Amino acid sequence: MLREITLGQYYPVDSLIHRLDPRTKLLGTLVFLVSLFLSRSIWGYLLATAALAAVIRMSRVPFAYMVKGLKAVVILLLISVSFNLFLTSGEVLIQVWIFKITREGIRLAGFMAVRLIYLILGSTIMTLTTTPNALTDGLEKGLGCLNRVGVPVHEISMMMSIALRFIPILVEETDKIMKAQMARGADFESGNLIQRVKAMVPLLVPLFISAFRRATDLAMAMEARCYRGGEGRTKMKPLHYGSCDYKAYGLMLVYLTGSIILRYL
Amino acid sequence: MAIKVEHIDHIYGAGTAFEQYALRDVSFTIEDGEFVGLIGHTGSGKSTLIQHLNGLLRASSGQIYYNGESIYEDGYDMKALRGKVGLVFQYPEHQLFEADVFSDVCFGPRNLGLSKEEIDARAREALEQVGLDEKFYGQSPFELSGGQKRRVAIAGVLAMHPEVLILDEPTAGLDPRGRDEILEEISDLHQKKGMTVVLVSHSMEDMARYAGRLLVMNHGEKVFDGTPKEVFRHYRELEAMGLAAPQVTYIVHELREQGVEIPQDLTTVEEARDAILQAWKRKQAGNGSDRRA
Repeated sequence: MLREITLGQYYPVDSLIHRLDPRTKLLGTLVFLVSLFLSRSIWGYLLATAALAAVIRMSRVPFAYMVKGLKAVVILLLISVSFNLFLTSGEVLIQVWIFKITREGIRLAGFMAVRLIYLILGSTIMTLTTTPNALTDGLEKGLGCLNRVGVPVHEISMMMSIALRFIPILVEETDKIMKAQMARGADFESGNLIQRVKAMVPLLVPLFISAFRRATDLAMAMEARCYRGGEGRTKMKPLHYGSCDYKAYGLMLVYLTGSIILRYL
Repeated sequence: MAIKVEHIDHIYGAGTAFEQYALRDVSFTIEDGEFVGLIGHTGSGKSTLIQHLNGLLRASSGQIYYNGESIYEDGYDMKALRGKVGLVFQYPEHQLFEADVFSDVCFGPRNLGLSKEEIDARAREALEQVGLDEKFYGQSPFELSGGQKRRVAIAGVLAMHPEVLILDEPTAGLDPRGRDEILEEISDLHQKKGMTVVLVSHSMEDMARYAGRLLVMNHGEKVFDGTPKEVFRHYRELEAMGLAAPQVTYIVHELREQGVEIPQDLTTVEEARDAILQAWKRKQAGNGSDRRA
């Protein structure tokens, strides 16, 4: 029932992209996002398209699976596209009542749509090819320098990884409780708004209780193993850069330079 | 004929890297008034299978008939089906949500749209059936002990007056006493009320004792279907699937190998005790006559 959430879900296949160090992928995603905002002409977007297509191809995640994650943002996409389409001033092409579509509007809306879609695809590739644990490890190590200015990097990344870890568990739990209540004749799908909200009570109360129970259990288990924060804590699998990572950094540099040049061409 | 399952497949995550057959070509019929045990090790498809029987999961292919009607027919009343085929999930106490025990049990019958009096009567009856004392009715279900919570949850399904009761490991995590009590109550429902029962359990002893018929699942397929005695005769195959026969079966087989004359399909401790005693007496009598001769 609730299995269709793609965002933030790891897709388990073995590929070059999967094997990269999470820090490389984080920085790579950042470079890609920056390049999208640098592009002003069709050439910049063509370069981004080529890079994105190559990475998607290399990641061996089915494209159709990736696109499922886009469904969640269709509304946002429509709103921003229509704002750009109708509210940009310039050479008027079509005018209906107070709505007018300008050449510049079409151009901006098109770029905006591409930019948003690429933004989401770019970050989806990262989450699809990196386990949540590797991701937070990468963040912790990559942002380690912030520790010196008093940011509790380890604690934040631990909280993130626990939160991420709990998403599938809670989704599964919700599914289970929903089914258990449906077996007792509960109806989550029909009725007006008030009835539907009321129908959620038999789902939410057990879900909250179970979330709290799991949280206490986890805290207890962590204490039983003498967890006391990040200080002096070592990793079982420390992150290491491999030759692929250096090559990837090289390609990123080339890509970034390329998109900067295309911007000022 | 209560439930007829015909060639059902269930595939999780079809078309993705997670694709997995949870059920493969499963067929069987459960007649009215049967007590069917369902066994299989973790991940064998038992839980998936029982969720098909009341329409919570839909088979990827195949058909299920309840009292002769296909439940996948357009416009089939699933809500009514779920009232007729009561499903008690594993750890059912996790679904409790009301402020007091009595209202929680009322949830099911209320969803069936019954009158206030009828709902109260059914809830009271269900709570009596599971043997919960009246002093608990007004308490919060979260203050009860594990065994009591489980009874409340089972009562919540019984109050819907199901014709078929399916229970997924109703005794998991209970102490031996609570376990026996719950199983006895289920057995009572079967014998006195004629309710059809499908019980999922890992305890072969319980299965040998209560079930009239056993279904064995392995890797999503039905491998055995027969009386407990017939099924436990395949104890070597069961072991290969990560299951076992009741412990007493092993003693019986050992004894037979050592030349003790007892029948091979003894599955409960009581049966084995009687047979061993008889064999012992026969031997004593035999020894006696030898000496006389």
